[in-house]
Amino acid sequence: MNEISLAIRKFSDLANPTRFLALADRVLPWFAALTVLFFAAGLWLSFTTEGDYQQGETVRIMYVHVPSAWLSMMCYTVMAISALGTLVWRHPLADVSARAAAPIGASFTFLALVTGSLWGKPMWGTWWVWDARLTSVFVLFLMYLGLMALNRAMDDPARSARVSAVLVLVGFVNIPIIKFSVEWWNTLHQPASVMRLDGPTIDPEFLWPLIVMAVGFTLLFFTLHIAAMRNEIWRRRVTSLRRQAARNAGRESLAP
Amino acid sequence: MIALFFRDLKLSVRAGGGAMIGVLFFMTVVSVIPFGVGPDLNLLARIGAAILWIGALLASLLGLDRLFQGEREDGSLDLMLMHETPLVLTVFVKCAAHWAATGLPLVVASPFLGLFMNMDELAIGATMLTLLAGTPAITFIGAVGAAVAVALPRGGLLVSILVLPLAIPVLIFGVSAVYAAIEDPAPFLPPFMILMAITLFFAVIGPVAAAAALRHSAD
Amino acid sequence: MRLLVESLSARRGEDLIFHDISFVLATGEALVVTGPNGSGKSTLLRVLAGLLQAESGRVSLKDGPSGVEHPRELSHYLGHRNAMKRELTVAENLSFWRRFLGNSPGGSGIDLAAAAAAVGLAGIIHLPFGYLSAGQQRRMAMAKLLVAYRPIWILDEPTAALDAGADRLFAGLVAGHLERGGMVIAATHQSLGIGQAKTLQMTGFAH
Repeated sequence: MNEISLAIRKFSDLANPTRFLALADRVLPWFAALTVLFFAAGLWLSFTTEGDYQQGETVRIMYVHVPSAWLSMMCYTVMAISALGTLVWRHPLADVSARAAAPIGASFTFLALVTGSLWGKPMWGTWWVWDARLTSVFVLFLMYLGLMALNRAMDDPARSARVSAVLVLVGFVNIPIIKFSVEWWNTLHQPASVMRLDGPTIDPEFLWPLIVMAVGFTLLFFTLHIAAMRNEIWRRRVTSLRRQAARNAGRESLAP
Repeated sequence: MIALFFRDLKLSVRAGGGAMIGVLFFMTVVSVIPFGVGPDLNLLARIGAAILWIGALLASLLGLDRLFQGEREDGSLDLMLMHETPLVLTVFVKCAAHWAATGLPLVVASPFLGLFMNMDELAIGATMLTLLAGTPAITFIGAVGAAVAVALPRGGLLVSILVLPLAIPVLIFGVSAVYAAIEDPAPFLPPFMILMAITLFFAVIGPVAAAAALRHSAD
Repeated sequence: MRLLVESLSARRGEDLIFHDISFVLATGEALVVTGPNGSGKSTLLRVLAGLLQAESGRVSLKDGPSGVEHPRELSHYLGHRNAMKRELTVAENLSFWRRFLGNSPGGSGIDLAAAAAAVGLAGIIHLPFGYLSAGQQRRMAMAKLLVAYRPIWILDEPTAALDAGADRLFAGLVAGHLERGGMVIAATHQSLGIGQAKTLQMTGFAH
């Protein structure tokens, strides 16, 4: 409880990167420990529950595939909120957050694509189909990579922040397309079976491991994200220290 | 010369380098094709090799104009022209480094895109092999275009226009070798041998011509 | 060793830039090329460096090391641009040029840290070149002259971006090079602070 109230109190003055670093140092071990806990429980559940009578053992891919697909979209949402933070509230950490989230999002999307491919081969008989859901996730993956390339191409973070924030917001249109693609277009990929207004249609046998894994993945995302933000702040400090060093080097040597 | 190779590799991997952009462009080009021709898996499997080859051709043209332009802008090219090492060798090493940074990742990425195209294992293997043998030729041809256009302010597009017609034989034999590999009666080796011959031929002609063009571009 | 320049002339496009320039430079001597903008100083230096074809006349070496066809093989050329990559660190830039250029016969370059110290910038060679200010970049480009040995230095406006302190430092470098038996040819507006230097006044052509 103490942790949470501390976090709320500090959220308002998180703009100060030093405060953020202190907070990150405090919460990271907890997040990491919780992640490990949930993953242990989730994996144990995943491998002890029974396989599907139609799909056999391959159904267990779902416990990785579905959470990483959720995360690929949530990560982009986090980036879009950060982009808003950059453009509207000019929060100095928003850009750090967006920048740090891109590689993580790309990794989760890649994981979703690969596990989906591995699942699709025995189920559909092919590694890949150009179905609406798969294609839009692939486009999301390309967008992550494009944003990463853009971030790398501009070495001055202050300038690149706004440009990439605009691009992130424009790219956000893809998220609803991914979410509803399976309902708008009737394609090979099955429709959602957990997040439904009329309650999950999935068998409780599969639901529990899936939920535990999803929580584990979400915790993993936040652990990685906070750690990546911390690294990004440190990276910027190192850069500015080095520029400072370059400026000082000339002065002392030229003093006669 | 080894120093030059590693310096160019470092430059293309560092921030602002073109190594990652090429692969990204390749993936984007290949993935828009199914939107154009429709998601028919049989059709895609049939034209997959050709699409991969065209995508790789366009992607390897992408960074070529910077091959000498960056060196010229900061004056490094002058020092390379003065040096007693044969300029041909310098150009060759620069091409090799450029290919290792941009061409090789395309070859590595091609199997994954092959899966998207619903190609079977044999076709993917053949495409990868022909790309490995054929993309260096595109770099060597491109070096000539880059050297000719080095002094022009907007050389980028011009390089592509100059180089594409010359690269057509590479495309023809690369794609026909893949089709020879997957369709039974046609033998794989003859077109593949011709492809390798083209690469070796341009590995000699390209640097010589590029070096000559660079010498005359100095002002 | 002597550098012989005989009745050199050069043109760019249709325009004759300079005409009938001759001089002889022996080891330990410096030549300062002066003249107004557009008088052909840079063109002369580029012809000497072998980067431009002369219209007529020739540049040759007397009593030089064997196997050297053109003086450019024994020359450093420092043009308006620094020939250093912003993305790489100073150390990577310098060690690349050291390995790529190699030493001319008769001398050897000093190591990177010593070269950086010689231009007054010791301790920052691990930084990316792009972090340095314009004057620091110019001085690091001069350090490049020291890491690989060349008897002839051809310098085009070497001190353009430098302040007075760096000017003195550079004069010291040139004097040291001349003492060790080098040659320096420099185009400049300001005096380089070199004691006994020949001068060549470029007039250009009145149109």
